[in-house]
Amino acid sequence: MENFEDIALSTAVFLPLVGALLLMVVPRENEGAQKLIALLTTLATMGVGIYLLAEFDYAASGDTMQFVVNRPWIDVISSRYIVGIDGISLPLLVLSMFICVLVVLYSWNHFPSPHNPKAFLALILLLETGMNGTFVAQDLILFFVFFEVVLLPMYFMIGVWGGENRQYASIKFFLYTLFGSALMILSFLALFFKGGAESFAIADLAQSSSAIAHGTQLLIFGGLFMGFAIKVPMFPFHTWLPDAHTQAPTQGSVILAAILLKLGTYGFIRIAIPILPEAAVSWAPWIGGLAVVGIIYGALGCLAQTDLKRLIAFSSVAHMGFVMLGIATLTDFGINAAVFGMVAHGLITGMLFFLAGSIKDRFHTLELSRLGGLLIKAPKMGWILGFCVMASLGLPGLAGFWGEFPAILSAYNPAAGVSEELFRFYMVVAAVGTVLAAGYLLWMFQRTAFGEPTEEFSHEPIPDMQWPEYAAWVPLLILILVLGVYPNLLFGITQEAVQHVVSAVGG
Amino acid sequence: MLENAWIIPAITFVSFWIILFFGKRLPRGGSEIGVAALVLTFVLSCVAVFQWVDRPADTIIQPVGASHASADEGESPAGGHESPAAGMDEMEEGHSLGMRVVPAAAGGETDVEGEAEGHEVEPIRAAVDKSTTWFKLGSLEVKAGIHIDGLAVTMLFVVTLISLLVHIFATNYMQGDVRFTHFFAALSLFTTGMLVLVVSSTTLQMLFGWELMGLCSFMLIGHWWEKKENSNAAMKAFLTTRTGDIGLLVGISTLFFAAGRTFDIATINAAALGGGMSETALKVGAAALLVAVIGKSAQFPLHTWLPDAMAGPTPVSALIHAATMVVAGVYLVARLYGVFWQGFDISAGGANPIAIVGGVTVVIAALLAFVQNDIKKVLAYSTVSQLGYMVMALGVGAWTAAVFHLFTHAFFKALLFLGSGSVSHAVHSFDMRKEMGGLRKHMPTTFATFMIGSVALAGVFPFAGFWSKDEILLGAGKNGYEFFMYVGLVGAFMTAAYMTRCVYLTFFGEYRGHGHPHESPKAITVPLIVLAVFSVGAGWLNAPFLNYWFGEVTRNETGVMAGLSHHPFEIGAALVSTVVVLVALGLGYVLFFLDKLPTGVTQRNALARVGYRILDNKYYLDRLYTDWIVGSVKGAIAKAAYWINQRVLDGVVNAVGVGAKRLGRWVYDTIDQGLVDGAVNGAGTGAEGAGGALRTIQSGRVQQYGALLFGAATVFAFVLAILAV
Repeated sequence: MENFEDIALSTAVFLPLVGALLLMVVPRENEGAQKLIALLTTLATMGVGIYLLAEFDYAASGDTMQFVVNRPWIDVISSRYIVGIDGISLPLLVLSMFICVLVVLYSWNHFPSPHNPKAFLALILLLETGMNGTFVAQDLILFFVFFEVVLLPMYFMIGVWGGENRQYASIKFFLYTLFGSALMILSFLALFFKGGAESFAIADLAQSSSAIAHGTQLLIFGGLFMGFAIKVPMFPFHTWLPDAHTQAPTQGSVILAAILLKLGTYGFIRIAIPILPEAAVSWAPWIGGLAVVGIIYGALGCLAQTDLKRLIAFSSVAHMGFVMLGIATLTDFGINAAVFGMVAHGLITGMLFFLAGSIKDRFHTLELSRLGGLLIKAPKMGWILGFCVMASLGLPGLAGFWGEFPAILSAYNPAAGVSEELFRFYMVVAAVGTVLAAGYLLWMFQRTAFGEPTEEFSHEPIPDMQWPEYAAWVPLLILILVLGVYPNLLFGITQEAVQHVVSAVGG
Repeated sequence: MLENAWIIPAITFVSFWIILFFGKRLPRGGSEIGVAALVLTFVLSCVAVFQWVDRPADTIIQPVGASHASADEGESPAGGHESPAAGMDEMEEGHSLGMRVVPAAAGGETDVEGEAEGHEVEPIRAAVDKSTTWFKLGSLEVKAGIHIDGLAVTMLFVVTLISLLVHIFATNYMQGDVRFTHFFAALSLFTTGMLVLVVSSTTLQMLFGWELMGLCSFMLIGHWWEKKENSNAAMKAFLTTRTGDIGLLVGISTLFFAAGRTFDIATINAAALGGGMSETALKVGAAALLVAVIGKSAQFPLHTWLPDAMAGPTPVSALIHAATMVVAGVYLVARLYGVFWQGFDISAGGANPIAIVGGVTVVIAALLAFVQNDIKKVLAYSTVSQLGYMVMALGVGAWTAAVFHLFTHAFFKALLFLGSGSVSHAVHSFDMRKEMGGLRKHMPTTFATFMIGSVALAGVFPFAGFWSKDEILLGAGKNGYEFFMYVGLVGAFMTAAYMTRCVYLTFFGEYRGHGHPHESPKAITVPLIVLAVFSVGAGWLNAPFLNYWFGEVTRNETGVMAGLSHHPFEIGAALVSTVVVLVALGLGYVLFFLDKLPTGVTQRNALARVGYRILDNKYYLDRLYTDWIVGSVKGAIAKAAYWINQRVLDGVVNAVGVGAKRLGRWVYDTIDQGLVDGAVNGAGTGAEGAGGALRTIQSGRVQQYGALLFGAATVFAFVLAILAV
C-alpha cells in the first residue's frame, strides 16, 4: 500500500466497475447481497475520496495536477492513460462518489419497476466509473471514452426503469448527447492535428494550440461548445433534459442532475477554456448571453409546468445558466462561483429529485393540481422540501447562494477583452432571474406543501420519512447548510486551480 | 460587550435551533427558550448601550477634505485610551482612501449649502470593529465582522426590547396555536436576521440578515398556511421584497467594485464621500440600493405587500412593523449613507429620488389608511406612511432625525399593534366597524395604552412622535427641502386625523359586536404598559432639555465626514406642526366623534366617488402587479415560452428525428429495396416493408439518428478543413 497514492485515482475510477462485475455473479434472487455489494463498493470508493481529500495538497499551486499517473495507453494515436486531479476536479469527483453512496442507500426500498435490483445497481456502479473517470482524465481521448461510457447506463436506466414515455426520452437523451459528442471528438482531433501536439494530453494541447489560426480556434471552440453545452444543457440545446428527467427513475434523475450535467460545465473549465483561451474570450459574450437567456427562459418554463418533476427539471436549465454566466466571465470570481454552483446545484437539485421521487411513491402522482397539504400529511418531508426550495432559490446561508451571488457579482467585471457593458446587462438580467426563481419555487411549494390535502388523499394514510430516506437525505441537508454558512470549505479547494485556469485567459 | 456584540445574534440563532429540535418536548413548547434568549440579548444590549455611552468621545474625524482620522479600537471602552489608527486593515484603507483624495473632494459644497461658517469638528466615539476572514474568493479575502457604533447600539436596544416584549405577548396570545413551537422558533430566527443586519460590518453580511428576515417573514406571514389567502400573502411579501432585492444584488456588486473590491461598509462610505468612486458607479449603486429599500421598507410603489402581511399573527405584525424587516431598508440607507449622500447629491437641496419616494409614500399611504375598516390595516398603512417619513428624512439630509424617528416609531407602533392584538383577543376580530366600538369601558388598560400610542403617532407634544417628527420637518426646512417640509406637515395632519377615526371606531361609541369583551391578561398588558412608557418618554432623549443626547450618541464617522448639520429645536416650527396636528384632531373629533361626517358624498359627487374608488382599490397597484404582471408572466409569457420550447426548439429536434427516419425509409424503400433488391425480391417487398417499419420504431431510429448526426459532424469537418488551411 505504500504506493497507494499512485493507484488512488485509478481505484476511484475502476472500483465501481469491479463492483458491477461482482454483482453479475450474484444470483438474481439474492437481493440482500446485491444491495450490500453495491453499498460497500460505493462506500469503498467514497473511502478513496476521503483519502484524496485528506492527502490533497490544498496549498499547492494550481498549475500542477496531483495524484498523477501517466502510462502509455494507445500509442498508435498518441493517447496516454493520464489521470490527475486539481482543486476543480476534486470537489466534483468527491461529489460524484458521495451522490452514488446516497443513491444506493435510497434504492434500498425504492427500486422502480420492473425491479431487477441487480441490473439497476450494476448500472449505477457503471455510471460511477464513467463519471469519476471523466473528472480525473487528463488526456482527451481518455476523457472522451469516459464521457461516452456515462451515456449507455443512463440510456438503459431511463429506457428500462423510466416512466410511460421512456422510449422517446431515452433515445432523445442518447442521440442528442451523441450529436454533441461527435462534434466534440472532431474538435479534439482538430486540436491535435492542427496544433501538431505531441499527444492528446490536455497540457500538451494547451501549449500547441497557439499554433492554430484564430479562425480555426473559434471553430474548434464551437465544436467543443456544442459538445459541452448540450450536456450542461444550455439554452437552446436543453430540450432533451426535461424529458429525460421526467421519465428517468428517481435515482437516474438524481445522478443526472447532480453529476451528469456537471460534465458539461466541467468540460468548459477543464478543456475548452485552458486550451483555447483566446477563442473563449471571443465566445464569452455568446455564452454569457445564452446563459442569461437560459436563466429567464428556464424560470418561465418552470412557471408553465403542471408536473413537479418536470418543474424541477426545468429549474436546472435556469440554475446551470448561473453557472455558465460565471464561467463566461472568465474571471476567478466567476469560475469559483461556477464550481460552487455546480456542487450546490448537485446537492440541492439532487435533493429535490429525491423528494419528488418520494412524493411520487406516496401519492402516485406529481401533478401539482392534485398535490397539496404535504405539510399536513408528511410534515417532515414538507419542511425538508421547504428547506430545499429556499436553498434552491439562493437564500444566503444555504449552499445555493454561493453559486448565484458571486456569479452575478463577477458579471459586473468580466475578464479583459470581454465587453463590460454587455455583462453588466447580463448581471441585471440574472438578478431578475433570482426573482423568477423565487416565484416558481415558492409557487411550487405552495401548491405541494401548503393548504389542505386534496380530496382524493385527505383520508389516505401517507407515511412520513423512512430510514433509507433519512440515510440518503440528512447528509445532503447538512452539507447544504454547512457550505452555505462556511463557503470557504469549497472556495478553499477550488481557488488555486481556478487561478490557473484564469491565468490562461490572462486575467 | 461592544467588541463581542456578535454574541447577541448568536444567542437568538442558537435559540432558534434549540426550539426547532427540542421545543416540542419542553413544558412550554419552546417559548421559554425564546423568552430566555431574548431576555439575555436584551440585557447584553443594555450593557452595550451603557458601554457605548460611557465610551469617551475622543476621536476626531474631519469632514471630507480635512486631514486627520483615527480608528480607535479600544479594548476597554472605560479606559479612555486612544490608540491611533489601530483598526483593521479595511478601516485604515477606508480612511486613507478618504484622506488621499482630500484636495479633490467636494467638501466645500456641503458647507456652502449647509452651515456657511463651516463645521466645528466635535470628537465622536470611535466605532468598534472586529473582523475575521470568512472565505477567500479567488484573490480576494472576504471578511466577516461587526461594526458597532451609536446607530448599531441603538438598534440593538430597540430590536431586542421590542422582540422581547413581542415574545412575552405571544406566550399568551398564541396559546393553543397549532404551531406554537414553530412560531417561536421563527421569531427567534427573525430576530437573528435583524440583529445580524444591525451589527454587520460588510454589505454581504447585511444581505444575509436581510434575506434571513425575508425567509422568516415568509414563514410567519404564512403561519396559518392551511388557508390559501395566508400563503398568498406570504408569497407576496417574499416576492415583492425579492423584486427589490434585484437592486440589492446589483447595488452591492456595483459598490463592491467601485470601492476597490471590498464589501466593507466603512470603506465604501469613505470611498463614496472621499471621491474615490466614479460618479456613475456611485449613482448606479445608490439607485439600485434605493430599489431594495423601496421593496423592503414598503415604499411606494412596492408597498402593497405590507398590508397583506397582516395575514400573519399579530405579534409578528408588531415585530415586522416596529423593529425588524421594514426598518431594515431605512437602516440600510442610514448605514450606507455616504453612498446616498454623494450618489444623490443630498447636500444640494431641492429634490432627489429618496426624498421623493419617501414623500410620495407619506401621503399615498396615509390616504389609504382612511378607508380601512380593519384595525391592523389602518396601522399597516400608517407604518408605510411613517416609513416614508424616515426615508424622506434621509433624503433631505436629516440623518439623525430619521434614525430618531425609527427609534421612537418602534415603540408606539409596536404598542399599537400589540394593542390591536389585545383588542382582537377580546373580540376575536380585527373589523372595527362590525365587531368593535365602546371598548374603552371593557378594556381600560388596552384603551389607555392605545391612546398613548395614538397621540405619540399623531405627534402630539410631548409624546415621542412629536420630537422625532419635529426634527424631520425642521431638517427638511433647513436643508433646502422646503417642499418636503410641507409634505411632512400634510402627512402629520392626515396621521392625526386617521388615528382619531381609528380610535373612535375601536374604543368609543357603542359596542357593536356580539361577544363579551374583557381586558387581556398580564402577559399582554404588561408589554403594552412598558411600550406606553417609552411612547411617552423616548422622544425626550433628543429634546433640547436633554441636550440632544440621542444625536450626540449616535453621531458616526460617516455623518461627520459628510458634514451633516444638526438644527436646534425651534419653537416656531414646533408650534406650526402642533397647530396642524391639533386642527386634525379637532376635525377628526368633529367628523367621527360628533358624527358630522357628511354622508352620501360619494353618491352626490362624481369626483369624490372616483377618489374613493381609487383608494378603495389601493390605486389599482395590486391589480397591476397581481393580475397584469404576475398574471401575465405566470400565464401568457410562461406559456408562450413553453410553447416555443415544445413546438419550436423541440420541434426542430423531433423534425430532425422524423426527417432522418423518413430519409432512412426512403433509402431503404427506393434504393435498397426498390432498385437493388426490388427486381429480385418483388414478391417479398410487402412483408419486408411492414417488418422494416416495426423495426424502425423499435431500434432503427437509433441507427438512423446516429447516421445523421455523424453526417452533420462530417459537414463540420469539411467546413473546418476548408476554412483552416
